[in-house]
Amino acid sequence: MPTPERVLAQLVRDEWPKLVAVLVRDLGDLGAAEDAAQEAAEVALSRWPHEGIPDQPGAWITTVARRKAIDRLRREKVGREKTELLAQLELRQPGPVPVEIDLTEPELRESQLGLVFGCCHPALAPDAQIALTLRSVGGLTTTEIARSFLVPEATMAQRLVRAKKKIAKAGIPFHVPPEHELLSRLDAVHQIIYLIFNEGYAATSGDEHVRTNLCDEAIRLAALLASLVNDDAETFGLLALMQLIHARSDARTTDDGDIVLLEDQDRSRWSSDLVAAGTENLRRALRLRQTGPFQIEAAINALHDEAITPAVTDWEEIVVLYSKLFGYRRSPVIELNWAVAIAMAEGPDAGLALLDAPALSESLDHYRYFHAARADLLRRRGHSAAAIVAYDRALELSSNDAEVRFLTRRRAECTPS
Amino acid sequence: MKYACMIYTSEAANAEQFPAGSPEFNEMIAGYMAFGEEAGAAGVLIGGDALEDTSTSTTVRVRNGDIGTTDGPFAETKEQLGGSYFLECKDLDEAISWAAKIPGASHGCVEVRPVPDFG
Repeated sequence: MPTPERVLAQLVRDEWPKLVAVLVRDLGDLGAAEDAAQEAAEVALSRWPHEGIPDQPGAWITTVARRKAIDRLRREKVGREKTELLAQLELRQPGPVPVEIDLTEPELRESQLGLVFGCCHPALAPDAQIALTLRSVGGLTTTEIARSFLVPEATMAQRLVRAKKKIAKAGIPFHVPPEHELLSRLDAVHQIIYLIFNEGYAATSGDEHVRTNLCDEAIRLAALLASLVNDDAETFGLLALMQLIHARSDARTTDDGDIVLLEDQDRSRWSSDLVAAGTENLRRALRLRQTGPFQIEAAINALHDEAITPAVTDWEEIVVLYSKLFGYRRSPVIELNWAVAIAMAEGPDAGLALLDAPALSESLDHYRYFHAARADLLRRRGHSAAAIVAYDRALELSSNDAEVRFLTRRRAECTPS
Repeated sequence: MKYACMIYTSEAANAEQFPAGSPEFNEMIAGYMAFGEEAGAAGVLIGGDALEDTSTSTTVRVRNGDIGTTDGPFAETKEQLGGSYFLECKDLDEAISWAAKIPGASHGCVEVRPVPDFG
């Protein structure tokens, strides 16, 4: 049961991207915007429990934040630029009573989009983009971000300071890119969100919640992006993909932290809400008729998630989807997944023939899942000796306790009779 | 905001790809002239110059009051500074879009760095 403090904190975090976006627009500086936002959030969290939540929490916090920004500007040594800025801000803040935010809906959307594109600017290193997006758009604290990525807090703080310094000195803009760049810049944002999701996916049940919560954060970010750019199919595709994968998260590990493969998962532990949301977002994506790799991967996961039992999985369709995916991304790992799908659709021999192709087997020789998949197919085929060799190779490459236990168990099932 | 656009290309590769007097060389020069005209007309070009090859460089280091000179650039690098442009742009995105038009960006690279305003 969430405590009142948690509810309020979540309320503030829900308003965060709008708040920071408006302040960046006012002040032209991300650091100053965040300082003001942070101060206002502290005021809100200390006063709302006593005074009650205002009718318009967003407007309330924004007004307080702007006042804090004005106070700060007055205190600092001001050059001509800052004096002008101060005058502009004071004009918009006539009195102490919180007023409506003086921006239209489209302006608010555009400011938030500008914030997202600025945080994900290619001129920043990916690590910096991730940290900035989680801080300025997601509203996570520096501490939370550091813990999420298993990095010392001082390191993360430095990363953010350096990134903001580069933004200021190099003139990285917070605006929506021009039409001809929009798709490629959107793609860059997608990649950052997906990196955040994958970091959360890699977290084990032994890790802190803030780390496993990265998947939820990534989904929130994609949902925000989809609300701001509501006609981009791949944005909905990315959102759908993450929801459909995250839907299975409760069933992925046992209480001891052991891995449970898709075919062995207790499907009653899958989140039907997330499956429904993911499926709906995939439909919205497909209606836009701009096909793309995230949508295809989402469709593959949708097919898994809608199968009540592993046996009724539509493997033939999954194989077709992987072939479509090759048009966009052809990597050895995707080929591996495709071969496994073909094995499921047509039998282990078909899959093994693909896995044994020299080009693929050479490029994946250091990839433990390749050997594990091969071992599994050989085991199903009854080629115990060859399966054992493959399991041994996979074990050689494995460092994760849970994986080692799993592979050892499977290997033991192979003892030739 | 003022930006320096520093052009780095491999002199060795240039000698092969754009030998003096060749059509490729002339096309490259024409590309630079066109850039200068376009950036000038847009009011973006503040200044800039090409540089002679690093074989003509002399590096000066003063230590303990002694002036030392060595033949050649400050360091041996795979690509060498061939010249710079100074551009006045409203933000980094604008500077990047101009830098991309510099011929050197297509076979080498252009480093875009802001010039601080000490005013």
